[in-house]
Amino acid sequence: MDAIILQILNGLDKGSAYALIALGLTLIFGTLGVVNFAHGALFMIGAFCAVTLQRILSLSTVTLSKTETNFLGQPAEIKTPYVESWFGPEAGAAIIDWSVPLAILFSIPVMIAIGFIMERGLIKHFYKRPHADQILVTFGLAIVLQEVIKYFYGANPIPTGAPEVFKGSFDFGVLLGFDPNAIIYPYWRLVYFGFSALIISAVFAFLQFTTFGMVVRAGMADRETVGLLGINIDKRFTIMFGLAAAVAGLAGVMYAPINSPNYHMGMDFLVLSFVVVVVGGMGSLPGAVLAGFMLGILESFASMNEIKSLIPGIDQIIIYVVAILILLTRPRGLMGRKGVMEE
Amino acid sequence: MFGLAKKDATLLLVVVGLTLLAPFILNPFPTDSAMAQFNAGYPDLMQRFVIFGIFAIGFNILFGLTGYLSFGHAAFLGVGSYSAVWMFKLLSMNVIPAIALSVVVAGLFSLLIGYVSLRRSGIYFSILTLAFAQMSFNLAYSVLTPITNGETGLQLTLNDPRVLGISQTADGSIPVTGLFGLEMRSTYTMDVGAWAFQFNVGYYLCAVALLVAFYLAIRIFRSPFGLMLRAVKSNQQRMNYTGLNTRPYTLAAFVISGMYAGLAGGLMASMDPLAGAERMQWTASGEVVLMTILGGAGTLIGPVLGAGFIKYFENIFSKINDNVLHGWFSFMPDGLENFVITIIHPFIGKGWHLTLGLLFMMVVIFLPGGLVEGGQRIAALFKRGKKDDDGADTSKATTPAE
Amino acid sequence: MSILEVKDVGKRFGGLQALSDVNLSVAENSVHAIIGPNGAGKSTLLNCFVGKLIPDTGSVMFDGQSVLGRKPFEINQMGISRVFQTPEIFGDLTVLENMLIPCFAKRDGAFELNAIGSVQSDKEIGDRAMQMLEEMNMADKRDMHAAAMSRGDKRRLEIGMCLSQEPRLLLLDEPTAGMARADTNNTIDLLKQIKNERDITIAIIEHDMHVVFSLAERITVLAQGTPLVEDTPDNIKGHPKVREAYLGETA
Repeated sequence: MDAIILQILNGLDKGSAYALIALGLTLIFGTLGVVNFAHGALFMIGAFCAVTLQRILSLSTVTLSKTETNFLGQPAEIKTPYVESWFGPEAGAAIIDWSVPLAILFSIPVMIAIGFIMERGLIKHFYKRPHADQILVTFGLAIVLQEVIKYFYGANPIPTGAPEVFKGSFDFGVLLGFDPNAIIYPYWRLVYFGFSALIISAVFAFLQFTTFGMVVRAGMADRETVGLLGINIDKRFTIMFGLAAAVAGLAGVMYAPINSPNYHMGMDFLVLSFVVVVVGGMGSLPGAVLAGFMLGILESFASMNEIKSLIPGIDQIIIYVVAILILLTRPRGLMGRKGVMEE
Repeated sequence: MFGLAKKDATLLLVVVGLTLLAPFILNPFPTDSAMAQFNAGYPDLMQRFVIFGIFAIGFNILFGLTGYLSFGHAAFLGVGSYSAVWMFKLLSMNVIPAIALSVVVAGLFSLLIGYVSLRRSGIYFSILTLAFAQMSFNLAYSVLTPITNGETGLQLTLNDPRVLGISQTADGSIPVTGLFGLEMRSTYTMDVGAWAFQFNVGYYLCAVALLVAFYLAIRIFRSPFGLMLRAVKSNQQRMNYTGLNTRPYTLAAFVISGMYAGLAGGLMASMDPLAGAERMQWTASGEVVLMTILGGAGTLIGPVLGAGFIKYFENIFSKINDNVLHGWFSFMPDGLENFVITIIHPFIGKGWHLTLGLLFMMVVIFLPGGLVEGGQRIAALFKRGKKDDDGADTSKATTPAE
Repeated sequence: MSILEVKDVGKRFGGLQALSDVNLSVAENSVHAIIGPNGAGKSTLLNCFVGKLIPDTGSVMFDGQSVLGRKPFEINQMGISRVFQTPEIFGDLTVLENMLIPCFAKRDGAFELNAIGSVQSDKEIGDRAMQMLEEMNMADKRDMHAAAMSRGDKRRLEIGMCLSQEPRLLLLDEPTAGMARADTNNTIDLLKQIKNERDITIAIIEHDMHVVFSLAERITVLAQGTPLVEDTPDNIKGHPKVREAYLGETA
């Protein structure tokens, strides 16, 4: 029993990331009808927003120490981050420590701007082109984005720590009456799950309760009719693209402490997120979220030793097997609408 | 000739000429000159040109004709490589049975994957092929290690039980691949003045395979079957209501292109008898998509051009470094020189993929017909320039259409 | 002698009864029109003939054989060709290639793996396609991209493609929808010519009364998924029920 709970918990954080990326992919696909292979790159850029902010905050002035010397007998260099000299040592250190959560604020405008530029500069011209062209051009863009990041940040993963308070683990087992250490779960993963749930709810609430969201939902259902009503749907869709980029970016920012950001993490997640979208059903937002968590949890169950010894290699392929089975038995995915992407 | 129309026969002859004379054509610069780094006439690179050419020709039969965009074709190439290496390990170092097995196994594997994936079309088909390929890749890395040797990759060892042949040579090394005694690695170097032209057995084997593959592709393009495949791309609804069953047509195209990929994989292993899982990764599938699109999907020569173009520039760009650049731009004032080099720096050496990505985007945006369309536009430009003497509007005529 | 026999066909979409108790008989070598107001179920009925939909109840017999459960391509091979509301042709191919495809389908069946032979040197098929293009007055357009043609020409090509298969039953789904008057008249003339020159049965779904009354020998009026009345054009014109259900609505 405790093992099952542990696997569910383990699946949650990966599932959250899948769900958030898939949510953005679906939003873009549902509203703009564009298959965006560069969406994984947005997730990756989000993670590097966290890296960047941490670096900016750690920018330091160098002063020579009057008392201490280094091993050559010269005065030692003391690095004082600007934030510490501005806000005092304690507040400054706290700010640096909290750089990943702070990067949320930093990343939102950055991601929205990137989303706007992408949509206006490139994607817009591909609305009427075949899906294959859309896949190809965004695939090219994904390569470019990841190579640019690689150029500036290098090829190695960059460890980016969570705030000190969240570094430990939480003993879930004790809470539920199991033996101590039966279910250990890192705090930050818990935070990640909560954060994802919050973002997902916010997106749904936004679409459900605002006029803007209503128009977008109507546009997803029937773009032409909404256009005929004299509503400027294109402008709203641009905003939607920015929003989807921000969601992917936020997913990336908060994922940085879980998995040190590297330039190809976007591609790694993209393939799986596409599978998630297809399993959930192209164009279905609840489907994307459901499939994201479902596949995340399934993946972590498949990596249990008991199951691996039963069916060797199942952990490597479970997601694909499920995707293939679902696509063949339910062509529209779990919650897909009729007529989306069918010939 | 060969049952081809005149235009196609000419194209085939040009390709025959180019591949057979490649050691000369690709080696225009004297060995000691500064430009020698732009030579591509050495066996390893020339083999890659033609092997990837075969891979892309096959991919084009599926994507170019039917419009079904597979993101999993590298799996067939990988399977082909593994089959060939196993043949070397168990049967003989002769490349013929190895290549034959590669094609057969890749064909069967693509029959299986195609049968399932082709039940869906559009993006769903792409995702299904991607899922199958990633699955194969993951399995090759993990559970299938006894067959694939996991991360290390499958290699020949000194105690392979080779039925028709020896486990090790007299001097205790691993025997090399060959064709009835003709070693794949043997190279004849012809020195002409300052030039050194290399003629490699392996390259010529690949070249012959490419020519056969290219010839068959022409036949397929001009056949009733090819016409049906183009009809699939154009309008499946009309096909169904014209009494045609689209499924076996697309499946046949899928299997044929899978066999081409298997041939490429078998040749790759014949040149260098090892096979690794990374050949099956989806980025490798993406690469063949890039080659086909860049050259011109749906055209005969496009995929070969695309493969050659990408492999050549991959090789050249990765070699250029800042020192080379300083050599080129040394005529400029120092400040300007450094500035120019700083600008270029991200695109060369390890930045080749950045250049490739940008190039690819440009092609998809402005030149959906790839290099072939570019060539046609330039040709049209010249024709028009000759016809009307003022030629005022020719530049406008080439602005890309949306 | 009837070639198409529809008995007690019913079809339901969720809460909507699209067709119920449809009984219909199309006589061989006649022109039979099915008319009715929007939403009467005309297209649904047609889709039941060609294998796109399978009715929930009833039977559809073509020349004594049931078409139900067969795929569209199988039904076409039985001898039913369909013309669509918006012309469905192979837009990326040339006019001649468009015509070659049905000729191959007629001769070689639903699937033939001839990957080595050459289309160009297949004289039998080539002649047949050219002959058909000439009959359609399109021989001069043979190398044109089919997508670049006018709507009227696309329609003409589509009908030609269907005829090249020598179908026994030709189904037309609002063949003049969205056409200018001149094109409509051309299409009517073409269909009249086809009817006079060939042994063929034509079933036509149409909105345009002008077209219906210039072509049809028998008319079935469909309303709310059920045949209201079936009769000759002259009788239909004066039928009170029809005026109420159909013509009255437009007045």
